[in-house]
Amino acid sequence: MSYLTLTGVKKQFPGGFVAVADFNLAMEKGEFVSFLGPSGCGKTTTLRMIAGFDQPTTGRVLIDGTDITDRPPNRRNVGMVFQAYALFPNMTVAANIGFGLKVRGADKASIARRTTELLELIGLPGKGNRYPWQMSGGQQQRVALARALAFEPQVLLLDEPLSALDAKIRVSLRAEIRAIQRKLGITTVYVTHDQEEALSLSDRIVVMSEGRIEQIGTPFEIYNFPRTPFVARFVGTLNVLSARVIDATTGRLDVGGQEMRATGAVGAAAGSAVSLALRPEILAMGDGEPDHVRLRGTVDEVTFLGAVVRIRVRLPGDAGVASVDTFNNPHLAVPARDSAVTFSFPAEACLVLGGWCQTRVLSG
Amino acid sequence: MTGQTDRLQAELDRPTSWPDRPARRGAPRKTVASWLFLLLGVVYFALPLVGTLIFSLRAKPMLSAWTDMLNDPQVWSTLGYSFVIGLITIIVSIVLLVPTAFWVRLRLPRLRPIVEFVTLLPFVVPPIVLVFGLITTFSRPPLPLTGTNLGSDVLLVCAYVILSLPYMYRAVDAGLRTIDIRTLTEACQSLGAGWFTILWRVILPNLRVSILSGAFLTLAIVVGEFTIANFLARPMFATYLQLIYGNLAYQPAAVALISFGITWGAMGVIALIGRGSQDKSEIGGAH
Repeated sequence: MSYLTLTGVKKQFPGGFVAVADFNLAMEKGEFVSFLGPSGCGKTTTLRMIAGFDQPTTGRVLIDGTDITDRPPNRRNVGMVFQAYALFPNMTVAANIGFGLKVRGADKASIARRTTELLELIGLPGKGNRYPWQMSGGQQQRVALARALAFEPQVLLLDEPLSALDAKIRVSLRAEIRAIQRKLGITTVYVTHDQEEALSLSDRIVVMSEGRIEQIGTPFEIYNFPRTPFVARFVGTLNVLSARVIDATTGRLDVGGQEMRATGAVGAAAGSAVSLALRPEILAMGDGEPDHVRLRGTVDEVTFLGAVVRIRVRLPGDAGVASVDTFNNPHLAVPARDSAVTFSFPAEACLVLGGWCQTRVLSG
Repeated sequence: MTGQTDRLQAELDRPTSWPDRPARRGAPRKTVASWLFLLLGVVYFALPLVGTLIFSLRAKPMLSAWTDMLNDPQVWSTLGYSFVIGLITIIVSIVLLVPTAFWVRLRLPRLRPIVEFVTLLPFVVPPIVLVFGLITTFSRPPLPLTGTNLGSDVLLVCAYVILSLPYMYRAVDAGLRTIDIRTLTEACQSLGAGWFTILWRVILPNLRVSILSGAFLTLAIVVGEFTIANFLARPMFATYLQLIYGNLAYQPAAVALISFGITWGAMGVIALIGRGSQDKSEIGGAH
């Protein structure tokens, strides 16, 4: 049985705007799931409905089999870490961490013991007497995490906790958050718009767009097998080439006057325009393996990016431009501009998207 | 090229010193002007007080105006009574206004203009009208409060809560603006706190300076207020002074200076308590 379950959860605001539509998710105990998507996609609204700050219009939220949908937020036993830290300025770090326990009537000795334990866990031993304004942003967020964990909540919610921090701190702190989560085995929901955070931290990712779930899967599945154009475009970088369906049943496609065969049937009628989505890292210069798809084109641009050399290849007609990333080395045979080249890729690694077309590499 | 290099080298080798910096023009004139205006301001405020002090010392014997006042037990009892009424007014105002302002900011932002309008009404209604309204309403059943001392005290406090409403509400509202009450409230709720705990342990402590500012203004209003206290026949400081010293010359001057002293003392206390609190509220993420 799942530990945190959201069934048919919908949030419609007065005026008719639907922020979250038919959200369904079942999380196991100890699982780390990220809600990933652009601003306004409904990920924070969904998190707030789990926390109890917003009421779902329809649907239920259950924790360990108990329906908490109608419970006020202070009776859900859910810890939350906010983007803006939300530490209490009038209290010391120790008082902040112990607040949840004090509210629950714990005695002073156990509060002190738990506070000390958590200060050790977050790497701030002996700093209990400081005030939040005496600490850096990274330290404050760690205190916020400790405060949310102090009373041993059933679920931990984090609402873009690292977005207010600089890049270097973000990378180190996210690793710490994951380590702490693993150590405690606490079921965690993490909201972010940063795909690198989601991919590196999560057991599973829920990719959202315009209030809907686009795909739920492991980071590997989301990145390598995107099921919708949005997921393909939002997560990672992508080459998108225009193609035309020759035979939908056999997956034969015309890409810039060259025939290729996709794996399996294509969900579009013969003659219709489709898009071929390819990750830069799956493309290779040259003919590749015997069973690989080969496409010919002209070198448009060669860019040295240090460890990587990016070769942009323009396909004939209006098929578009593919970027082939190859590792740099002193013996690399770099093709000249306007020279004719061939690149290849495994047929099963390309994604055929019906009717959706771009002609440049898109960043996620 | 060599000449250019030599010039550059010479420039690099030249020691940097204060005379190299361009002099700030106009700085002496600005400073003099600033001090002049400050002096004018000090003279404007201090001169009447000095004059009042000198006048109070003209009594014969010289300090009799002061000793008469300081040795009058009624002065201290009415002052004490005024302070007690002031304190109760402050407490009632805090209990009434802090949750109201908090709730309006948190959940009912559309009501803010209406609430603000209501808090401005005491400016429009003269105290004489207010007190006559109270006497007319509460001198007969079902609530004949004017018939007893306790009842009159209750009316007095209610009237002063209304009089101090604009100042107290604005002070509290300004304080709430400086903290992210929504996020702090949600943080408290996620930790299991109810509304009373949120207000008592998080919101109120972070409004300390604002509340003190409002409290000071309230106290000043209460101690100095005459009309309502007079018509409700309460033994307030201002009414006693008018009664006893209204036909004297030098004692009111001494009283005025003592009142100033009390007021400035209260301001000093607020400044002392509020010092350092403002930094604590301006932490990253608290807004």
